[in-house]
Amino acid sequence: MISLTTPLTAEAVRNLKVGDEVFISGIVCTGRDAVHKYLHEGGALPEGVNLSGGIIYHCGPVVIKDAAGAWKVVAAGPTTSTREEPYQWQIIRDHQVRGVIGKGGMGPRTQAACKEYGCVYLHAVGGAAQVLAECVKRVRNVYFLEKFGSPEAIWELEVENFPAVVTIDAHGRSLHEEVFKASNAALSGHIASAPAH
Amino acid sequence: MHSLLESLIELIRRTSAEVPDDVHRAIVGSLENEKKGTIAESALKIIERNIDLAKRKSQPLCQDTGSVLFYVDAPIGLDQITFAETAREAVKQATKKGYLRQNSVDSLTGKNDGTNCGPGAPTLHFHQHRSPDLQVRLVLKGGGCENVGAQYSLPDEATGANRDLNGCRRVILDAVLQAQGKGCGPGILGVCIGGDRATGYEWSKTQFLRRLDDVNPVPELAALEQEIVKTSNDLGIGPMGFGGKTTLLGCKIVTANRVPASYFVSVSYMCWAYRRQGITLDSSGAIQGWLY
Ligand code: SF4
Repeated sequence: MISLTTPLTAEAVRNLKVGDEVFISGIVCTGRDAVHKYLHEGGALPEGVNLSGGIIYHCGPVVIKDAAGAWKVVAAGPTTSTREEPYQWQIIRDHQVRGVIGKGGMGPRTQAACKEYGCVYLHAVGGAAQVLAECVKRVRNVYFLEKFGSPEAIWELEVENFPAVVTIDAHGRSLHEEVFKASNAALSGHIASAPAH
Repeated sequence: MHSLLESLIELIRRTSAEVPDDVHRAIVGSLENEKKGTIAESALKIIERNIDLAKRKSQPLCQDTGSVLFYVDAPIGLDQITFAETAREAVKQATKKGYLRQNSVDSLTGKNDGTNCGPGAPTLHFHQHRSPDLQVRLVLKGGGCENVGAQYSLPDEATGANRDLNGCRRVILDAVLQAQGKGCGPGILGVCIGGDRATGYEWSKTQFLRRLDDVNPVPELAALEQEIVKTSNDLGIGPMGFGGKTTLLGCKIVTANRVPASYFVSVSYMCWAYRRQGITLDSSGAIQGWLY
């Protein structure tokens, strides 16, 4: 188990490899479809948000205001990352993002950008909304709440020991690719050897 | 129908916050079965902790509270119109209480009015039966796993599937292969062989009403169900597609008649956050018992 603390250095990221389990502490910024499209189209980050050495979390959290008027995250599982595949590489390049958290993995362009610019894809456990919400200690800020609505806004979250697995590393490897190849070969072998019913 | 309304809200709350016992047992069993110290084991441990937390806090297991699908077995004479109105009201109130996320979007305008009600939402399936019992089952079907469902038209050249049981086996296993890493596995398959396209998918979903530990009364299908689970778990896909021994927790198959020209195999995929519950209601609409 490896502890990661933001901001991440290029070196810390290059030390990670596919299959490593990590605990993330520090700051992560949520961003999903609307934010990715906006940045891809050349939109500027809101003042106060700095993604350099930072982590983007593909997540539309459920956030409520408690009795004292403070934001509280009540559910915060990852959403499917492939929807951001057209945009992610560019955001990694332009904003020096060092980590992307999501689920389901990403495609070849993101994989290439991780290698070239020094970034990793961190797979969180899909559906684990309650466990992951408990790792969010505080909502530091929210941006674009009016513009994009709550699930699509940039929520700046302070997290502690947020569990994830490195499934795309900065050396060009992807666990998704490797498991797919191996399981595909296993299935072909099984079909070839199984008696026809 | 005040009491019915409350009963349905409670059904929604419990369905959203808890997996049924048979599913929980399957997850605990697969956790014991995974190799210690692997990422597959870690993922299942997090899933197990999530199940426990959600139940204790009475909070949704997953933030995607899914499509709301009611299956109602009703005695002859039930007023379906009033029942449907009450069910919609229950969905609205359950959403206000946070048991369901504001999760339903107008497909034309993209608007989310926050009620989870609109055309096709929630969905209600009514079946009459001759018994006096009123039973309501509820499935909350997540979007990520719905996206990896697949329908094959046999013969299917890509998989070499002919119009026989072996062909069905091939395409079902192909669906498992393609779904890997998406849809939050370990998963559960609901399959319908035959039917027209719409009936095939609809019946595949009714398989999620079956308990994981039941046995298909049709011996050929019972054997196929077991074989699909075993083979899938031998492929090494594992929870979340991380690699490992647990790819599927179950597979349930039904057949529907087809016209000679068509041969569809419809596969619905359910994520580990398998939300299914049911209640029996008394004549006042109060909950008499839980079905799972
Ligand atoms: S597939 Fe299931 S567990 Fe995963 S995010 Fe969707 S509803 Fe949640």
